[in-house]
Amino acid sequence: MINVEAVYWFIGALFILWASLIAGDANHRHRIGSSAFWGLLGLCFFYGTWVQSKQAPAWVLGIAVLVLVALAATGQLSDGKAKSSTEQERIASAKRFGNKLFIPALALPLVTVILVLAAPYLKIGATPVLDPKNTTLVALAIAAIVAVVIAVLLLKPKNKLAPVLESRRILESIGWAALLPQMLSTLGILFTQAGVGTAVGTITGAILPHGNLLAAVAVYCVGLFLFTVLMGNGFAAFPIMTAAIGWPVLIQEFHGNPAVVFAIGMLAGFCGTLCTPMAANFNLVPSALLEMKNRYGVITAQVGTAIPLLVVNIGLMYFLAF
Amino acid sequence: MLVLIGVLLVIIGFAVRLNPLIVVTVSGIVTALLGGMNPLQILDAFGSGFASSRSVTIFVVVLPVIGIIEYFGLQEQAKNLISKLAKLTAGRVLLAYLAIRQLTAAVGLTGIGGHAQAVRPLVFPMAEGAAMRRYGHVPEHIKERIKGHSAAADNVGVFFGEDVFVAVGSVVLITTFVDTTYHLQLEPLQVALWAIPTAIAAFLIHGFRLLRLDKQLDKEYAQLTGHAATADAGSAQ
Repeated sequence: MINVEAVYWFIGALFILWASLIAGDANHRHRIGSSAFWGLLGLCFFYGTWVQSKQAPAWVLGIAVLVLVALAATGQLSDGKAKSSTEQERIASAKRFGNKLFIPALALPLVTVILVLAAPYLKIGATPVLDPKNTTLVALAIAAIVAVVIAVLLLKPKNKLAPVLESRRILESIGWAALLPQMLSTLGILFTQAGVGTAVGTITGAILPHGNLLAAVAVYCVGLFLFTVLMGNGFAAFPIMTAAIGWPVLIQEFHGNPAVVFAIGMLAGFCGTLCTPMAANFNLVPSALLEMKNRYGVITAQVGTAIPLLVVNIGLMYFLAF
Repeated sequence: MLVLIGVLLVIIGFAVRLNPLIVVTVSGIVTALLGGMNPLQILDAFGSGFASSRSVTIFVVVLPVIGIIEYFGLQEQAKNLISKLAKLTAGRVLLAYLAIRQLTAAVGLTGIGGHAQAVRPLVFPMAEGAAMRRYGHVPEHIKERIKGHSAAADNVGVFFGEDVFVAVGSVVLITTFVDTTYHLQLEPLQVALWAIPTAIAAFLIHGFRLLRLDKQLDKEYAQLTGHAATADAGSAQ
């Protein structure tokens, strides 16, 4: 059986491979810091396997995570700007391959969905081939490998290692932000353990009329919207409102379909992202980039979509999840 | 109630633009201390939190394929496609870009488009060019509106497109969080599928507003030329 841990080891191996490419790059401004960051991150993906199965102490990994944050925060990490094709080469090759360039990219979701749908039938003896608990992730990792093979066969790069070299360039342009989603997820878990969601739940419980489903759905969605506006980030808002209302009220009390409630809830949070200057990357950076006089001009253009869409989300959750 | 200070720290930290990794880490530590955890428990929490949320970083598996097709000119080909929109009106240029942005994000190609890569060099100039062709001139306040809507089309497209793709952070974050905290077994694909109704709604709402933008511009220009005409008439007297 292909276990989800194998996928994490694959990710860990990729990080270590990228780290060794950086370590070998004599022109890199932060060669040591950058390769240490990505290498340590890769090792954490392996070690995590034993933390998850409770065979190794978690605090070791906790220290490693804090070291990663310290490396990133003290500026030990930078973009090595790995060499890629020149613009002329890319224009020429876009002309040559045309829309064929989209084929490997489209293979990715296509193969993933096919594998997920076929997973219940893929068995050797009685053992399923794909981890039944994490089918999507395993399918996606396989699809990613298939897509690379398709790309190499189709485009015939001179250097067969091109996918690894090129992905290092993208990874370095993402930089420490690559770790952020995982840290936000960890923060959500910490918040929940420390009782932040319960505290918010107590507050909202006081204003929420008991037993009214529509009111509960509305408070969950609007709460996600407001917390996202405040924190600039739906990822941070989601665990708080889910622990406060989403889980105890919408799922446990009203027996909503979890996939629907949580998917639409997150998107209600995204409506908040459209309205907040705290999401600087999306709302302030572009107004600077476009040299706008009003730095909130992007938000102004978005509010008219965000508010109706929030209302639609409330309606969709109410009708689809219950 | 004291643990809410952690939330406040996140708000303040993001507001004063500290490195988000620091904000998240410090706020996590403070919240855990206020919640009565000792340092070893906090380290344990960071470690097990990291281990159980490794799935969120699944997006790196798609980097090799994206990397190689970018090397062969994916961005340039996307630009070729987008530049075919040049014959439309301003609102329709943006509507078409919204559709492209949303569809490509839904299959995981969030790298196509973006404010620096597409909006500034391509989308805004084309929308402005469309207005220029239709009305002959683009006064500053209308240029400003078109700029705002160009960036907005990108944001709306990517936000409500990417959630349909299974490897995107928010989808995996949902499943990781609820699986860890509530011991559910939610598949990312289920969550991604339920993002489709909202994605359609977002396209309809924002698309409607973009078509209305054309009508509003028609009206405003009619008024502008009306004023200009009266001003001309006035000066003639």
